[in-house]
Amino acid sequence: MEPIRQIRSATVVMPSTNIDTDQIIPARFLTITTKLGLGKSLFADWRYLAGGEPNPEFILNKAASSGSRILVAGHNFGCGSSREHAPWALLDYGFRAVISSGIADIFCSNALKNGLLPIVVDASTHRWLLDNAGAEVLVDLDTTRLTLPNGVSVAFPIDAFARHCLLSGLDELGYLESKLADIERYEAQRALP
Amino acid sequence: MTAQTMFEKVWKAHEVVAETPDTPAVLYVDLHLIHEVTSPQAFSLLQARGLPVRRPERTLATMDHSTPTLSEQILGKVPIKVDAAAKQVRQLEQNAASFGVELFGLRDARRGIVHVISPELGATQPGMTIVCGDSHTSTHGAFGALAFGIGSTEVGHVFATQCLLQRKPKTLAVNVTGRLKPGVTAKDLILAIIGKIGVAGGTGYVIEYRGAAIRALSMDERMTICNMSIEAGARAGMIAPDETTFAYLQGRPRAPSGQDWIAEVARWRALGSDAGAQFDASVDIDAGSLEPMITYGTNPGMVLPISGAIPQISDDPIDAQALAYMGFNGGEAMLGKPIDVVFIGSCTNGRLEDLQAAAQILKGRKIARGVRLMIVPGSQQIKREAEAAGLAEIFIAAGADWRESGCSMCLGMNGDTVGAGQYAVSTSNRNFEGRQGVGARTLLASPYTAAASAVNGKISDPREML
Repeated sequence: MEPIRQIRSATVVMPSTNIDTDQIIPARFLTITTKLGLGKSLFADWRYLAGGEPNPEFILNKAASSGSRILVAGHNFGCGSSREHAPWALLDYGFRAVISSGIADIFCSNALKNGLLPIVVDASTHRWLLDNAGAEVLVDLDTTRLTLPNGVSVAFPIDAFARHCLLSGLDELGYLESKLADIERYEAQRALP
Repeated sequence: MTAQTMFEKVWKAHEVVAETPDTPAVLYVDLHLIHEVTSPQAFSLLQARGLPVRRPERTLATMDHSTPTLSEQILGKVPIKVDAAAKQVRQLEQNAASFGVELFGLRDARRGIVHVISPELGATQPGMTIVCGDSHTSTHGAFGALAFGIGSTEVGHVFATQCLLQRKPKTLAVNVTGRLKPGVTAKDLILAIIGKIGVAGGTGYVIEYRGAAIRALSMDERMTICNMSIEAGARAGMIAPDETTFAYLQGRPRAPSGQDWIAEVARWRALGSDAGAQFDASVDIDAGSLEPMITYGTNPGMVLPISGAIPQISDDPIDAQALAYMGFNGGEAMLGKPIDVVFIGSCTNGRLEDLQAAAQILKGRKIARGVRLMIVPGSQQIKREAEAAGLAEIFIAAGADWRESGCSMCLGMNGDTVGAGQYAVSTSNRNFEGRQGVGARTLLASPYTAAASAVNGKISDPREML
């Protein structure tokens, strides 16, 4: 994985609360056996009309959203199914970070393993971001701060280990494999076959 | 020694390496369940690195999410309708064979929804850690296991190391006093709990369901409760094992037997939270005050007693969006609203007791004209049991479509879908927009309520028909 340090982008705002992973990537697109090509199906049921043409009302179909790498979403983003296809679809589309006042646990874990930054901010920063769609913000993983264009900078929480892996471009499996001796010892102690 | 919660005991017993501020815990996984939809990318990870499945004997595979429910497709007389699903099925067959993982394949008599078959086999046991690339893995917590859903990358981690990197979650006690009234089920209770704590209320927590009302539940009912923990945002829900648990497990094919059984039961008896154990948060709910519940919106927290009226729209535009999707208005009564489809099944309510409840309502009755009723057993074993007990006969006589087991219309991956704009009373777990088909409008409820609504062609209170 490529190391990640900073993401600077204009935001796209989807204010809905509880955007679930069925909206991010509907189940009928989960029949793939790779991780690739899900970006075109991201938010499919909101993004396309019944005939398959883009819904002009949907935020991602507006010219101003083009090229954005940061999605600002309503509270409890990514709830529901554990499908890792959700962060795969967001990444394949081009997003590199999601900012909300609350992000669901499994989505958060899946996002971190793929280099999509789940950024949880306080309610007032969240309100500001929702009210200022398109604002150019800076997510700095090194300093764990989010900087708004008005100069306000807030710290965001992120698991120290995940941060370390993302900054160094390491994947977590390598670390787990380095613990194999401990795992074997554990199995022996529990007398596992 | 400090009093410990059940969660802390199970966590501690599986900690290979404890967490530090800089590193998560390495947590050992006793049982890894896999299925065709979230495993292919994990097997690819192993192939890319030339790694084996480290503990194939702790891995169980089945196919359920995208598989057909029509017998002729299962038997191979006609091709599987969804081509990509057929490819996933083949891929799991190949992966299971090349990595030495036990697979309950398409035509295996033990096949079924992953969260139904593992308990049924006795593979799910108290005190275990159980994971699966599916958020409803929380179901297994009904046995006092720590069970939670993971993503495909983590499926790969478990394949390679039998461990996961995890931060220790907090604990939430849900104390359920009183006793459910007749016609009010475990499904109604968990919907009421989600309505109370909200769909993000459990984020960061493992729930322990406690109290007299929980103790009085059967294992099928406890599984319904724990299953929907994720719908409150909690990755896991647990219920302390007791005589009900042991009676369910004894004699099942993968449960311990003989001296091992005696030793394990003794160990399991000590698993429950110690008196005085501290939880990080707690909520209380009186089971005796509940009515049958039904959802009216687009997440499981948008729920009300069946005799209730849809709340007036708040200032939040999200409420308006949800009601517009559902075609409802604030102030309308739920009872009497016309419906098109009824789905009885899923890992939430596809077990034998759920089918018995549906049959109680459907016996000697016919479903309303124009209503489609699909009943999908949670496993092939449940299908056989329902057929042997005469339940299938009741369903078919009532006008139901009786299918082979699988996830089916809960998520519509296999082509079993609800049409755009149609109303479906469903015993499944998610009423998200489009969950059961593009434009489908889902109303989550118990098997009683679903069956009663099928008979009347409109949302109905099942207590009048019991």
